[in-house]
Amino acid sequence: MSVNTAVIGKTYPPAHYAVGREKIREYAKAVGETNPLHLDVEAARAAGYNDLVAPPMFAVVYAFPSLWPVLFDDEVGIDFSRMVHGGQEFEWGPLVVAGDEITTTVSVADISERAGNGFYVFASESVNQRGETVCSARWSNIVRGA
Amino acid sequence: MRPGDEIEPLAVTPDKYLTVRYAGASGDFNPIHIDEEFAQQVGLPGKILHGLYTMAQVARAQTDAGGGPRSLKRLSVQFRGMGLPEHELVVTGRVVSADDGVAIVECGCAQNGKRIIRNAEAELRLSDD
Repeated sequence: MSVNTAVIGKTYPPAHYAVGREKIREYAKAVGETNPLHLDVEAARAAGYNDLVAPPMFAVVYAFPSLWPVLFDDEVGIDFSRMVHGGQEFEWGPLVVAGDEITTTVSVADISERAGNGFYVFASESVNQRGETVCSARWSNIVRGA
Repeated sequence: MRPGDEIEPLAVTPDKYLTVRYAGASGDFNPIHIDEEFAQQVGLPGKILHGLYTMAQVARAQTDAGGGPRSLKRLSVQFRGMGLPEHELVVTGRVVSADDGVAIVECGCAQNGKRIIRNAEAELRLSDD
């Protein structure tokens, strides 16, 4: 397969996500969280937060939608039927709580080819309504050669 | 936490419908996770777990060990192989360094003796709420 390295560095329009209390609860329950900070508003407030606290991995919920334009970009040229998720990295800043407004910007960090497989790394940067970076992520995908 | 310490292992067995609930919660509705027939048609043994669900279990073991969500500052993982519903996941980790209130934990997740997340590394900020 051939990969288009010319698209490295391309940045996509920011995507916005409004963090809802019930969405945090739904996500926390799905992944088996038991910490009351994610489930009980009173417990979260007693601990000094304004509302329910999102588990760190909730970054998937607010950041992932911003990746769709990259994954469907013909210039990037990903063949979904051959794509596997190879690796993932998140680095977190201040905790996200219900009511936060998150803006995520995605760029193509790297594209390379090894042994006939394509390696795609996308970077996302999510900031809250105060401009604080709440999560930086690297999404690594492998597209297996034919 | 001191270098060499093992973190408390986390064991969880996702039930048959977990992938459907996680798809709804995360927004990832790829049919390989929620449609048994589709998964088999593309050569999988059946519905497979979302990699990011399994990563969330690795994260949960860290925040449980670190004392809450604020403790987890960074987590990187490599996905190797597929996770399956109705089989136990076991997350383990070992502290490799602990300096100035920051611990580095090498961790991973295994299912049926196979490490489906490996080379994972977490950075924890200690002394948390």
